[in-house]
Amino acid sequence: MSDGTYAGGPALEAVGLGKRYRRGWALRDCSFRLPTGRICGLVGPNGAGKTTLLGIAAHVLEPTAGDLRIFGAGPGSAEAGRRTAFLAQEKPLFRRFTVAETLRLGRELNPGSWDQGAAEHIVRAGNVPLDARIGTLSGGQRTRVAFALAFGKRPDLLLLDEPMSDLDPLVRHELMGTLMAEAAEHGTTVLMSSHMLAELESVCDYLVVIASGGVRLAGDVDELREAHTLVTGVRDGEGTPRDLAHHTVVESRPSGRQYTALLRPDGPISGPWETDTPNLEELLLAYLRSSEAPPLITPSAQVPGQAHGIRAVAA
Amino acid sequence: MVVEGLEFRIDRRSGVPAYQQIVQQTKQALRLGVLEPGDRLPTAKEVAETSAVNPNTTLKAYRELEREGLVEPRPGLGTFVRRSLARPQTGADSPLHGELEAWMARAREAGLEREDVAALVASAMEKQYGAMTEARSTGE
Repeated sequence: MSDGTYAGGPALEAVGLGKRYRRGWALRDCSFRLPTGRICGLVGPNGAGKTTLLGIAAHVLEPTAGDLRIFGAGPGSAEAGRRTAFLAQEKPLFRRFTVAETLRLGRELNPGSWDQGAAEHIVRAGNVPLDARIGTLSGGQRTRVAFALAFGKRPDLLLLDEPMSDLDPLVRHELMGTLMAEAAEHGTTVLMSSHMLAELESVCDYLVVIASGGVRLAGDVDELREAHTLVTGVRDGEGTPRDLAHHTVVESRPSGRQYTALLRPDGPISGPWETDTPNLEELLLAYLRSSEAPPLITPSAQVPGQAHGIRAVAA
Repeated sequence: MVVEGLEFRIDRRSGVPAYQQIVQQTKQALRLGVLEPGDRLPTAKEVAETSAVNPNTTLKAYRELEREGLVEPRPGLGTFVRRSLARPQTGADSPLHGELEAWMARAREAGLEREDVAALVASAMEKQYGAMTEARSTGE
C-alpha cells in the first residue's frame, strides 16, 4: 500500500447521485470519489442518506438520479458484484445455521474467490465455536461471523453500515483491529458509516460527510484538518471580527466576550488570536451544525468537473 | 530483532494527527534506546491488530521516518531502524564528558556549592539553547 496504490481509477465514484422515495429525497446531489486503498468514514445526520448510498453501491437499491461506479463498473455488473462485499446494519444471518454452515454458504455463494482460511481465522480469533448456532451467539460474536463472511469473499471494496453500533467497547476495539489488519494485508478499500466520531479518528484516513443538501466534506482526513483553523480570542463587537472577515467562517460561536470560530483560512491569520488545528470531531460537528457553510471537497475526492477546491471557494 | 511490546498509543482526542503521534513515539523509543539499529518496527498489520490503527496511518508515519533517514524498508521483510537517536557524544568516555568533569573539578576547587554549579549550568544552557528551542517550536 505505497502511494502508488492510490494511482489508477477510484474504488468508488458517485456523480449527482440521488434517491427519491414517495416521502421525498433520501439522498440528493451526491458527488465524490473514493480512491483505492483508503479507509473512509461516511458520516452524516440521521436521514442524510448514508444507508441509501451504501445500498446503491451494494446494488440493493436503484438510484433515481445520477450514477455510481465501482472500479469503473455499474453496481449491478458481475465485476462489481464480485469485488464488493456489503455488511448491512442488521447483519442478516440465518439464525438456525451453525457458524460452520454459514461459512460454507459463503464459500458456495462465492465460488472461486472464497478464502476459507481468512474467514475461519476471524471467527477463531473471537473464540466463536464453529458448531454453535447463529441464534445462540452474542451480538459481538454475530458481528464477527458477519465480518468473516464479508472478508472471506476477499472483496476489493468493503461496504459497512454502522458496523460497530451494538457492540461493547472491548469487542469494538478488537473487531476494529481485525478490520484494520485485514485491510492492511489485502489493501482493501473500506467505506463505513458510523456515528462514533472519536472512533473514526484513528481508523479512517478518508472522510465523506453528507447532509440533506449533498456532500459537505470529502477528502483525506489530514488534508481536511489542516485546511482549517480553530481560533479563540476576545471579540471587539458584534458579528465576525474584522481581521478574520476575509477567511471562510465555517462556524462561529460568540459567548460573552469570547469568540470561537472554525475557519477555512485564506492566507495567514493576523490579530491577537489563539490558533489550533481542529481534531476530526470538532471539524465534523462544525460542518454538521452549520448547513450554510460552503462544502469542501479536496482534489483527490473530486469527480471530473467538480470545483470545490480548498482555495476555490471564496468567502 | 523484533521489538516486543513497542505499542503505539494514539490519543484520539488530541489535535496532533495520528501519524505524527507514531513518528514522535518512535523517535522517543530511539532516544531512549528502546529501539536500536537493526530492530524491526512492527508491521502496519501488527499495529492495526494491537492498536486498531489504520494501516495507511502507520505507513505514512514510517515514510516520514524514512525521509528523515531513521528507518529503512526492506521489501518483504519489514521496516528496520537505521540509526539511533541516542547520542554517542553523551557517553562517559566522550571528550565532552571529560571536559565537563574537569570543569566541575575546577568549580569545586574554587569553592562553589552544588546549587551554584546547577545555576551556572542552567544559565549557560539557557543562553545556548533557549533561543534555539523557541525557533524550533515556531518552525513546526
